[in-house]
Amino acid sequence: MTKAWKTLAATVLSFGVISTVMADTELTVYTAMENEQLAGYKKAFEAKYPDIEIKWVRDSTGIITAKLLAEKDNPRADVIWGLYASSVALMGKEGMLEAYAPAGLDKIDAKFRDTRTPPLWVGNGVEATAICVNAAEAKKQNLPIPTSWEDLTKPVYQGKIVMPNPASSGTGYSAVNAWLQIMGEEKGWAFMDKLHANIGQYTHSGSKPCTQAAMGEYPIGISLDFRAVTLKRQGAPLEIVLPTEGLGLDINSVALIKGSKNLEAAKKLEDFAVSEQAFLLYQPNAAALARPEFNVKLAEMPEAYYDRLITVDFDKAGAQRAAVLEKWRARYDGKSEKK
Amino acid sequence: MSSLPYARSVAQPAQPAPRRAQAALLDALFARGVKLLMVVLLVVGLALPLIAMLGKVVEVQNGLAGVWQFVSSSRFLWLLGNSVKVSLSTVALVVPLAYVFAYAMQRSWIPGKRLLRSISLLPLMAPSMLSAIALIYLFGNQGMLKSWFPDGIYGFSGILLGQAFYNFPMALMILVSALGLADARLYDASVSMGANHWKTFVNVTWPGTRYAVFAASCLVFTQTITNFGIPVVIGGDYQVLAMEAYKSVVGQQKFSEGALIGSILLVPALISFAVDAWMRRLRGSQVSSQAATYVAPRNRVRDTVLLLAAGAIALALLSLVLVAVGASLINFWPYDLSFSLRHYDFETSGGVGWLAYRNSLTLAGLTALIGTPIIFTCAYLMEKTRGGWFDGLLRLLCMLPMAVPGLVMGLGYVFFFNHPGNPLGGMYGGIALMVLCCVMRFLTPAQMTATTALRQLNDEIEAASLSLKVPLATTYWRVTVPICLPALLEVFRYLFVSSMTSVSALIFLYSPDTVLAAVAVLNLDDSGNVGAAAALASLILLTSALVSVALYLISRGLLVHTQHWRSARV
Repeated sequence: MTKAWKTLAATVLSFGVISTVMADTELTVYTAMENEQLAGYKKAFEAKYPDIEIKWVRDSTGIITAKLLAEKDNPRADVIWGLYASSVALMGKEGMLEAYAPAGLDKIDAKFRDTRTPPLWVGNGVEATAICVNAAEAKKQNLPIPTSWEDLTKPVYQGKIVMPNPASSGTGYSAVNAWLQIMGEEKGWAFMDKLHANIGQYTHSGSKPCTQAAMGEYPIGISLDFRAVTLKRQGAPLEIVLPTEGLGLDINSVALIKGSKNLEAAKKLEDFAVSEQAFLLYQPNAAALARPEFNVKLAEMPEAYYDRLITVDFDKAGAQRAAVLEKWRARYDGKSEKK
Repeated sequence: MSSLPYARSVAQPAQPAPRRAQAALLDALFARGVKLLMVVLLVVGLALPLIAMLGKVVEVQNGLAGVWQFVSSSRFLWLLGNSVKVSLSTVALVVPLAYVFAYAMQRSWIPGKRLLRSISLLPLMAPSMLSAIALIYLFGNQGMLKSWFPDGIYGFSGILLGQAFYNFPMALMILVSALGLADARLYDASVSMGANHWKTFVNVTWPGTRYAVFAASCLVFTQTITNFGIPVVIGGDYQVLAMEAYKSVVGQQKFSEGALIGSILLVPALISFAVDAWMRRLRGSQVSSQAATYVAPRNRVRDTVLLLAAGAIALALLSLVLVAVGASLINFWPYDLSFSLRHYDFETSGGVGWLAYRNSLTLAGLTALIGTPIIFTCAYLMEKTRGGWFDGLLRLLCMLPMAVPGLVMGLGYVFFFNHPGNPLGGMYGGIALMVLCCVMRFLTPAQMTATTALRQLNDEIEAASLSLKVPLATTYWRVTVPICLPALLEVFRYLFVSSMTSVSALIFLYSPDTVLAAVAVLNLDDSGNVGAAAALASLILLTSALVSVALYLISRGLLVHTQHWRSARV
């Protein structure tokens, strides 16, 4: 009991006291990057800038995006580092971002940064919409390994495919947006009509389809590629398929929050995030980087990756999102016949 | 000579008068003070954040017309139908089972009661992710018992089972406390009048517990209809309203639509509030101050049936938990089934595991320590003192928390406490705010348990102490608290274990230093580390179980002291 009271007293006291600061500046960084990666980035940055300490707020893309937008009137974040461009573009539209041209911006592939000058956000690594196929299940269930998006509409895959619901997940919308861009409006919807007949489940998380494929719940999952790499490293019998028509993508980006009290430190972080040192750290965690000269082939990833990436206009994708989602939901979201 | 008695008769009332006034003043201070504290907490921790969130409803496109368009759309009605269907099914499954279980606990001589009761509490102690993982491992497409659900577990059956697992202990908590107190004299009368078992049940047991059955049903219904965690993981294509709110907020950042659905989901709780107010007028049999504790007579047939039923329920609950714990010890399910402890190495899966674990312990401990006395005292005062409209307000506010989807509450906290003009803004991101949030989130079931126990105590106790001029606070402390100690401990345990496992509202509130274990479970699962998620969930479960055992051991001594009256027949 006494211990509990002590804890209670300590906590009550700590409310009033501003936490003792070891570094001069505490930088609050919102991220959706994997926990495993964060420690390395933090260590490298703090070694370079000993007077700045990174405080991560890490959650899934949807939650972090919702939290950032909910805090709009009184932002708590100083920097966003490692959130998809599709989400960061929303903050840009809301006027929440501070435009900044970090040192070394000229070396960033123009496809992977905001088009404004100075840009609102700058990319680090690229994640492509790929197909995760469970090779063991495919063999067991006599399924051929697909090679293109079109293949997924074949009747043999009926009920075998999972993809994220674009109304719940940015990854899902990213895929839909890419199909519409690659195939064109009409063919894109016709493709999705046929794909819908084969979908076993629409999930509410962007990475779940690949996880489910890894566990054999469903043999095929449409998801971003890096999750497949992680799962393969854990021992999942996964094969990553990069469809021949082209790959939709999202970009892990860095951006400054307008009104941050630590703007100078935040700028240093953005400079660091696009520096050579940072890109060397990104290497094992992305198959394609915003500075292509640093690309290394990941053992888990097939060749012919970089060439298949399409160029996404994130502002346009964001602008038409509501209309596309409405149409998508009317067609496929709910009231679906049990297959 | 004659003046003396005269003087005495004047002096006699004159002397205690100030003391009586003083006692009355103290009573008023005690009653009003605690109630006022509770109202302040509820207004700051619930009403204002809720208003801040509901304020977003006005941002729905096209204003009122937009709201009407949304509410009258066939999609909405379809979702509503699905929500009501799955919630009613959960009530129909959970409440009868919980009643039978509670009956077996309180009105039978079956062996192993303590073990059964402990098992029945397990679902409360596990993050909801644990049951989802277990259900998928058991009945999913790769599941061991896949053939039980030929249409697949994803969908209606998955939601129903997940919700039933999660809600069972809460319904049980209320029903056990209702069946725990009964007046033996009524049973003696019934038996001596020749009534059989069934008749006694209908005429004595049922009237004494129907309020609790109603309360438990309301609780299960509202909890099910507002929960999105289970449908999101295992709902497949079966869509419900709470999931729609999740999609709006997390998927599309349309806070206004999430708020609109959130406010619609408040309706069932408001209805329960109205019915509750009505039922209070019909208050049935209670335990009077002359009550003798009823101890059910031995009956072999009844006990065999009850043992089988309770055993089957406990086995079902236990197997889900064991499957999840098993999942955490397997290398890579379902392809490498070798034993492995690697999932317990949280350093490799991100390193937040242990910090989060410590934070969760602190949060749970504080929530239980602060929440229990406030909730229980307030429940007592609401039952035993009259405060007019103020009581009505308090009652309504106490019913609200269970009706607010966690997501809506969490966002409300962000909007309210992070508002630039809020003087309480400093609490944002701190553990104090999270404690407040937890006390609010779990207030309703805790308060219901307390109320159910208190309602069965006759007001004569207060009347007697009033005539003895004992301050109310003394009566409460010396009589009511000891009598209700089991229910009080139940509330403490409930607050502790629920705070250990809670995710939905807190996911928006933690800061870098206050990450939580249950949130980490969610993120581990999301990032594909199902094994690590199961491992951390098992660890949370184990912690809660240990704390419950410790609580039990500490309290046993106290109980032996205070519960003599239960076993001793008057």
